[in-house]
Amino acid sequence: MKKAKKWPEAWHEVNVGAMVFEPCSAREYHTGSWRARRPVWDNTRCIRCGLCYIYCPEGCVSQNALGYFEADLNYCKGCGICAHECWPTAIAMVEEA
Amino acid sequence: MAKRVGMEVAIAVAEAVGMCNVDVAAVYPITPQSHIAEHLSDIVADGRTDTEYVTVESEHSAISVVIGASGTGARTYTATSSQGLMLMHEILPIVSAMRLPICMAVANRAVSGPLNILNDHSDIMPQRDAGWIVMFTENGQEAIDLSIQSFKIAEDPEVMLPVAVNIDGFQLTHMVEPVEFPDQKAVSRFIPARKPYAMLHPDTPVTMGAFAMSDIYHEMMMVKDEVLKNSKKTILKVWDEWAKTFGRRYKPVETYRADDAEVLLVTMGSMGETAEVAIDELRKKKVSVGLVKIRLWRPFPFDEFRHVVRKAKLLIVTDRAVSFGGPGGPVHAEIKAALYHDKHRPAVHDYIIGLGGRDVRVSDFVTMVERAIKDRRKSAVKDYEFYGVRE
Repeated sequence: MKKAKKWPEAWHEVNVGAMVFEPCSAREYHTGSWRARRPVWDNTRCIRCGLCYIYCPEGCVSQNALGYFEADLNYCKGCGICAHECWPTAIAMVEEA
Repeated sequence: MAKRVGMEVAIAVAEAVGMCNVDVAAVYPITPQSHIAEHLSDIVADGRTDTEYVTVESEHSAISVVIGASGTGARTYTATSSQGLMLMHEILPIVSAMRLPICMAVANRAVSGPLNILNDHSDIMPQRDAGWIVMFTENGQEAIDLSIQSFKIAEDPEVMLPVAVNIDGFQLTHMVEPVEFPDQKAVSRFIPARKPYAMLHPDTPVTMGAFAMSDIYHEMMMVKDEVLKNSKKTILKVWDEWAKTFGRRYKPVETYRADDAEVLLVTMGSMGETAEVAIDELRKKKVSVGLVKIRLWRPFPFDEFRHVVRKAKLLIVTDRAVSFGGPGGPVHAEIKAALYHDKHRPAVHDYIIGLGGRDVRVSDFVTMVERAIKDRRKSAVKDYEFYGVRE
């Protein structure tokens, strides 16, 4: 079976004008691979104010069933804005292994 | 046979574009292109063409407007010169990368500083690597013909690239010349409505001009290079069809009395006609000299150029721009690059001429040729020199 291609691998496989015809295909591009540090929530300090959710420029922070917040690590670039904005200091930026 | 009329070349270019069923034009006036902007807006205001003429606040906006319009599938046109082209510079490589067939006239003018409004090629040369098809015209008729052809070339599905038609500022744009316009019906047949590859439309979602990182950008640049090189086939095809339909034949490299010449003068743009007179004078003096005129600057016609100079012993290149701190003029650099692998390389002497509208007369071309021949006899061929500079 032919291996499914994630990207056009050869130059002649690139779409004309690099146009993208599939809506929302940027979702397949996991920018989380850029990350050097990841946000880790300490839910004993979290007051569930949602500032991390509001400030995340990537829109990758979401609220879970218990009302606490977590980042989708497929897309979190580790910018640290959530940790910077979190005034109860519930978020720590931890070096990726 | 169409009727010949006397008309200023810039006006004639606007008239020609007015025959091309352009959907959207955004032209910001700048000397010496202004008559194209003004007259095209007259044609639109008079209802002679169904074109949306967008009045913009700068050349950056003009090219950006036509990008957006071209993305929706429209046939688009703009024109500029000098500082206007420099302001467009940021956008030009994006047009070619997005494969948008925008057509543009460049009324060549020296770039500042110091501020100058007259003709040379220092505006188009910094755009050399933008990925556009770039052509030069020698007279008013060529300016009309190439302006019309440019839409057919640009919109060809094998090409889908922007085209810049260079018309020397003042020396061409402001000359009143005898020109003939092709028949409107024949033009409409020659360039039928654009069939866009994709259109920005809510029913057919598409992303144009997306972000691309190192994992794909490199491949995309190779595509750009290949597509531009490949466009020469279509350009030749369109010129062939033009010759069959309208009777005038165009070639990537034109020659004048060059077949048996030992010495070849090389020009690009409107100075070719002055140089022709100089060639006639030199031939009367039994100098074995001919003329090579480069029409197609990008993609550079390497094969055609090598073919026409294959028997020459000395090439005298003229440049209307300077690559400061480099090899003299850009045409000179290109020609030397073209000949590097040839076994029988001719000597190449580069003259930088006519900067900022400095007049170059027939006698100047005669002097250039005679002096370069003398230098070569003394084995003193210079890489390049500023011809006629006061010392």
